[in-house]
This record gives sequence, structure tokens and C-alpha cells, in this order.
Amino acid sequence: MTTTAGTDLKNPAASGAFSRSAAKDDHSEGMSYLESLPRKTVTVYIPLFIIVVVLLFPFYWMFITSIKPDQDLLDLHGGNPLWVSEPTFRHFYKLLFESNYPTWLWNTMFVAVCATFLSIVASVLAAYAITRIRYKGAQTVGGLIFLAYLVPPSILFIPLSTIIHVYGLFDTPFALILTYPTILIPFCTWLLMGYFKTIPYELEECALIDGASRWQILVKIIIPLAIPGLISAFIFAFTLCWNEFIYALTFISSNPNKTVPTAIVSEFVDGDVFRWGSLMAGALVGSLPLVILYAFFVEHYVSAMTGAVKE
Amino acid sequence: MADAAVARTEARPMPGEPSAWQQLKVNRNWLGFWFMVPAMAFLVLFLVYPLGKGLWMSFTDARIGREGRFVGLENFEWLSDDSDFIRALIFTIVFTFVASAVKFAIGLYLALLLNNNLPFKAFVRSVVLIPFIVPTVLSAVAFWWIFDTQFSVITWGLVKMGLIDRGSPINWMGDPFMAQCVVIFANIWRGIPFIAITLLAGLQTVSPSLYEAATLDGATRWQNFRYVTYPLLTPIIAVVMTFSVLFTFTDFQLIWAMTRGGPVNATHLMATLSYQRGILGGNLGEGAAIAISMVPFLLAAIMFSWFGLQRRKWQQGESND
Repeated sequence: MTTTAGTDLKNPAASGAFSRSAAKDDHSEGMSYLESLPRKTVTVYIPLFIIVVVLLFPFYWMFITSIKPDQDLLDLHGGNPLWVSEPTFRHFYKLLFESNYPTWLWNTMFVAVCATFLSIVASVLAAYAITRIRYKGAQTVGGLIFLAYLVPPSILFIPLSTIIHVYGLFDTPFALILTYPTILIPFCTWLLMGYFKTIPYELEECALIDGASRWQILVKIIIPLAIPGLISAFIFAFTLCWNEFIYALTFISSNPNKTVPTAIVSEFVDGDVFRWGSLMAGALVGSLPLVILYAFFVEHYVSAMTGAVKE
Repeated sequence: MADAAVARTEARPMPGEPSAWQQLKVNRNWLGFWFMVPAMAFLVLFLVYPLGKGLWMSFTDARIGREGRFVGLENFEWLSDDSDFIRALIFTIVFTFVASAVKFAIGLYLALLLNNNLPFKAFVRSVVLIPFIVPTVLSAVAFWWIFDTQFSVITWGLVKMGLIDRGSPINWMGDPFMAQCVVIFANIWRGIPFIAITLLAGLQTVSPSLYEAATLDGATRWQNFRYVTYPLLTPIIAVVMTFSVLFTFTDFQLIWAMTRGGPVNATHLMATLSYQRGILGGNLGEGAAIAISMVPFLLAAIMFSWFGLQRRKWQQGESND
């Protein structure tokens, strides 16, 4: 495989992390020494600072709201709303001990893990078959899988809801576990195809000559070599599941079966009174698992995102 | 080549043609088929079949709990006279266009900023991506609160700066036009990180020696961008924008969590209208028809950026793999 800048652009899933760090090491200087500090402050640091503040402000506001006592929430002009004088964890307490929140969290986790696991197994097999077994029509199937990626859930949820009813899955976690893979499989397959393409053929030929079956090759050679790709696919797929809203809203109706995103918007509203503190605490706690996961695997996450796009 | 070797070793006990059973295990096409079964089962059962069924349902008068009867184009004729649908269609197009354009401009700008030699670059990059990680619904809830009509922190800030009067706060979510602006803003906020980070990955593969060469030839900063960065980035821009347009056009969760289509149906996108009519209203056929009417627009958007991409590849003389 050639590794010019051009091909690199199209195959970052594979060489992503490596080429990026290489580019950083090689070229980080560039012509930047030509720029003076004041100039750079105006053209780079200030705009960057403003954008980052705007991007992060909602999270700050979420956090501040979730630890404010109720009376402060509805009194903006009494003091500085951007700060809390008497922080309280009552909203979190109510959320975790006086509502179904832990159940919703567990549902979300359960659905996300199962759906991701199923999708990755199916995608590894499919990606291996497309890139390595190269059966008749493999290229076409690869293209069709990419097209499947472009079919948005918002045009499928109505027919799917009738199908879910017919299969008797309505209002069970299986409705979500079985439908989420349709979003995840195209993405994971496409990402893993990129990884598999970079594994040298010679390894596989050696194994074939030594008498290994295709299955043994996949399990003992390809999968161990593609671990970074699998991690990327897992994290990204898990995030997509956790985020998913429209299927969860349509296929789940009873309170104890809901996932966090759907429960938050429907269960924290008493008539017209919004319990803002609990709502914000719920949103914050619901985002936390993803943010923690993301903090540990930033590189994998970025390579999954850029890989899937540029492949 | 390699498979020929396998075929030979596997067939050793039985010289000549392998049996039908052996064929199933060894033949390339059958083997490929077995490996594809799980993925295909999922995609056919829960993607292709519903897609077909959705198309069929859009020609029926199906309701919840009742199989519909074929009514031809009646749903679509009905919709073309429906002012709510036309409104949703127009707003969806405006929403997609404005949000995508602004997302692209700011995203590209942010990518260029991040491509500078910065301290804590990796850290800044991971912080920028956070809006994309957090579930859309949960950040939408935060925006809902930020733009609350009575207790908006934005209103508070504007009052403090003396820009508006405390007695007449802006009715963010109550006024149709303001509500439209707010949901567009929220969509932009959420979309920027994705565009910025993917474009940044593209920018990092552009060799700085190209800029050095251009600068030595007297290129200004703008010319550097226009004639070096932009052409090299076009393929990625095309793909990223295809995705961005696609997901913006079919957006559901942001609107549903923030406004549910209100006030007075001003912020309905086609997806939310189809949910309201199809699932809440029970008119599955009509909902399916609204969903299906998104398809031509989606195809147009995909074709547009796809052929843009192809042309670029061809111009650069790269192999198309």
C-alpha cells in the first residue's frame, strides 16, 4: 500500500493515530516561528477562547443549575445567577433515590452494551468477508452497506413500529437491542473494513498454507491485529446507542423500561411545572458515563469519527 | 491463489471434485455468504424491509391497530394542500441550509485555529469535541432552560449589559421566529465539533512545506488558504458536508426535546411532523407519507456532494479505491 498524503487522507481509520502523531512530530514547527505573540493572540487565542466558551457554557449552566437550591433558580435578579452561594446536592439525591433514574440508567447501559456487542460481531464477520474473502459481488455489497449508513432512522420509525408490534417486541428492551444494530452495523463494518485492509495479506497466506481455516485466521490473526479498530468501533457505537432517541421514544412506552434520553424529556415535567434542578442533574448524570469513556479513549474516538467519514 | 491452496488441502481425502458439503465450507462465495449472514439478517429485517414497508404504507390509510387499504397518492395529495406540512417542508429546508452553512463556516474556522501550533493542543481538541459526545437530548434540555422565557440566563446577560429592558424580556421559545432561531442555534452548536475535528484531521495531513513554498512565491494568507488548503481539503469537505446535511435534514431529537414543533407548529421539521401525525395522531399512513417525502431531498443532497467528490478525485488523478 502506498502511503502518500493523498491515500492517507482516504484511509485514516487504519493509519489514523499513527499518521496523525507522525505529522505532529514532523511538522509542528512549520512557519509558526514567523508569528509574533501579540499577533497570534489576536488571530488565534482570542477567537479560540470565545468559541470554546460558547461550546462549553451549556454544560457549566447545567452544572450550576443542578446544584442550586430551588428558590435561587427562579430568582435571576437576586444575585449573580452564574454562581451558587449555597450549593445543594438535593437534586441529585432526589434523582438517584426518589425516582426511577437508576433503572433508566441501567436500561440504557444494558441496551447499549447488547446492541453494540451484536453489531460488532456481525460487522467483524461482514468486514472480513468483504475485504478478505472477496466473494463474488463483495464490492457491491460494500457499497450497499455504505448506503445503509445513509438511511436515517427518522424515515424508518413508523414502519418499524408496526413491525415491532407484529414481532411482539413492543415495550421490551429487545425492540431497541435488535433495531439499533441497523444504525451501528453499516458504520462499524465500514470502519473495520478500513482496518482490515491494512493488515498484510502475507500473514494470512502463511496461515492458509499452514492449514488454518478462514475462521481460525479471523480469530487468531485478524482480530488480535485489529484491536485498536475494534475499540474505536465499540466506543463510537456505544455512544450512538446511548444517544439514540427516536426509536426509544417510539418503541418503549412504560416508565420502567425507558432509557435516559427519553425518560428525561417526559418524566420530569409535572403538568406545566418543570423541575429544572432535577432535569439538569439528570442530564448531567446521563452524560457522565459517555464523557468518562471518552476521556479515556479520545484518540480512538477521534479516529473512529474521522475514519468513518473519510473512508 | 491462497484459496486454491486451501481448496487443495481441504479436499485431500477426496481427490477430484469436492463434495457439495465441502463446497459449502470451502467455496469462496459460500464462505463469504456465511460470514455475511448475521449482518445481512439485521439489515434486511430491520432496515430494508421497513423501508419497503414504509413506502407501501405511504400509499395506504393505515392507522394504529388497523392494516390500511391502498389509497394511491391520496396521502400525498392531502399533504400538498396541508399548510402545516408545507410550512414544515420550508422550515426543514431553511433549517438545513442555514445550519449547515454556518456549521461549515465556523467548523472550518475552528479547524484552522486548532491547526496552529498551540499549547495543550490535544486537550483543547478533546474539550471541543464534548458537545458531540453528550447525548443530543440532554444538551437540548440545557438549551431549553438557557432559553426559558422567564428565567433565561441570556436575557439576564442582555439586561445586565443594558441592551434590553428588564420589563420586556425576549420571548425566546414563545415567539415563532425566535424559536426557529434558537433551534437553529442549538443545532449549529452541536454540529460544529464534528465538522471541526474531521476537517482538522484532514488539515493535519497537508504538508507544511506546501505553505512554505507558496509563501516563498509571495502568496498571502488568503491565497495560501484558497489555493493550497482548500483544494486539498475538498474531498473531505464533500463527505463531511454530506453527512452534516443528511443528519440536519432528518433531525428529530433536538426539536422534539426543545419545542415539540411549537409554538404554533413553527419549528416542526418533517421528521417531527411525521412523528406527531403518525405515532401520536395514529395516522400511520400519513406519517409514513411525510417520512417518504424526505427521500427525494436526501437523494438530491447525497448526489450533489457525491458527484462533487468524484469530480475532485478525477481532477487530482487519484485512483478511486
